[in-house]
Amino acid sequence: MKAKRKFRLSYLYLGLVVLFLYLPIALVAVYSFNAGRLSSVWEGFSLRWYQELFRDKELFEALWNSIVLGVCASCGAAVIGTLGAVGFQRLRWRSKGVVEYISTLPMMTPEIILGMVSMAFFSLIGLPFGMTTLIIGHTAFCIPYVYMLVKARLVGMDKSLVEAARDLGAGELQAFFDVTLPLLAPAIASGMLLSFVMSFDDVIISLFVTGVNVNTLPIKIYTQLRTGVTPEINALCVLMLAVTVAGVGLSALLGRLGGHKKKEETL
Amino acid sequence: MSKPKPRQKSSLWLTALPLYIFTLLFVLGPLVYMVVLSFQQRAEVWGVLNEYTLDNYLNILQPVYLNTFLQSFKLALASTGCIILIGYPFGYFMAKLPGKWKGRMMLVLMVPFWTNSLIRLYGWIIIFRANGPLDALAMGLGLTDEPLKLLYTYPAVLVGMVYVLLEFMILAVYSSAEKMDWGLVEAARDLGASPLRAFWTVTFKLTLPGLLSGVILTFIPSMGLFFIADILGGNKIVLVGSLIQDQLMRAHNWPFAAALSVILMAMTSLMIALYKRITHTSELEGIL
Repeated sequence: MKAKRKFRLSYLYLGLVVLFLYLPIALVAVYSFNAGRLSSVWEGFSLRWYQELFRDKELFEALWNSIVLGVCASCGAAVIGTLGAVGFQRLRWRSKGVVEYISTLPMMTPEIILGMVSMAFFSLIGLPFGMTTLIIGHTAFCIPYVYMLVKARLVGMDKSLVEAARDLGAGELQAFFDVTLPLLAPAIASGMLLSFVMSFDDVIISLFVTGVNVNTLPIKIYTQLRTGVTPEINALCVLMLAVTVAGVGLSALLGRLGGHKKKEETL
Repeated sequence: MSKPKPRQKSSLWLTALPLYIFTLLFVLGPLVYMVVLSFQQRAEVWGVLNEYTLDNYLNILQPVYLNTFLQSFKLALASTGCIILIGYPFGYFMAKLPGKWKGRMMLVLMVPFWTNSLIRLYGWIIIFRANGPLDALAMGLGLTDEPLKLLYTYPAVLVGMVYVLLEFMILAVYSSAEKMDWGLVEAARDLGASPLRAFWTVTFKLTLPGLLSGVILTFIPSMGLFFIADILGGNKIVLVGSLIQDQLMRAHNWPFAAALSVILMAMTSLMIALYKRITHTSELEGIL
């Protein structure tokens, strides 16, 4: 009886914290339908800011840049990270441990440092700032996520499947593409999704490595939040929120698919 | 670099090369350059001279900068403290939820976690703004007669920090509490330990990796996330991160920015090394 009561209190606590997490987001969403210009005063329901949003070319350019960047960085990270995880399993170089550690460093290094060092380094080697530097910088901090997820999946993988394929006459490459890669697919997919979200969210590193005329969406929002917000940003936020919710749904689905596969394997 | 051992039958190791090269070139390279840069001398107007000096590090000892470090450190302590107080119980209670609710709660947490942090901070700007919802609530309840003017103050920055980083703690604590064998707690209780003692000797010890990992994931970022101080503190609160950004973008004193980064990086490495020492693990809990 006593235990049950305690549990109810803990539910209340969980609920309150979730409320704390959702309240600001909900407010942004609500105020995007506000007719007035000042977001602090409610002046009635309107879709005005959504209309203005769709007319704002600069904002859409920034959105497009962010999407291109996110796709390039997550694909780059997926290829390099996955191949790396597979290769590192076989590699016997003595420097392997150190390099593996360094490759996961961006996950633990404060973003401000990553941004700072990337900026200094790119200017040292004379790389012009712009999309290229953005993609390299973002790929660097996305790789560890893909790498770790794929590595975990590799460790849990049944090695006899690859051996069986080899015994049946598959070449090493064929075994990789026909057996290993499909088994790794869920891990790669969630790594890419995570990478895309991280890239899409990033302000700090982007601020440092972007060129003069290349804005990503977070940079654009950041500038506006500092200098004065136009209410269409609210509308934009809601659209981005919709994308996030879709992403979370997608990853839940991926997780379910992955779980499903696992069950099949044990059968 | 040593050569591959002769008896390497598989050629799949070749696939590690892109990661190897990318890591050396774009992760190690910049980090090494940061250290070199931190010992170089700043040129009069732009760029750096090829002379080496300790000036950049000595510069940090100036009262202005030491003060920034101290302020930033205090804020990081305060926000990490709040995050532990809110996040630890949450992760703990969440791990005690019945099975299918854990998954659901995870999805509920993922939406704010994945939402762009600027959007989330913007929500707080709306809340804190003069005559905004919070003021309306406070005035409605008769707590105050005039706007609280919370935006661009220290508490606003603290709330923003806690809000943006809280979920790292929750996920870290949850991930270690979830793995825990609750039977051990029962055993301790059966052997006569009070609930508090059982919690302290069993649960707390076993969830310590999660807690410490959460501390690392929140403490260091609270010194670096300058945009939170910028947006909610309006230039009044200067973090180490803001200082680095300022030196880099406005003062163009790259060597000094590099020296500051080296110090911050050293603090990070120290914390991670301590973490590994205490928990005997190599990877941070709940990072994925």
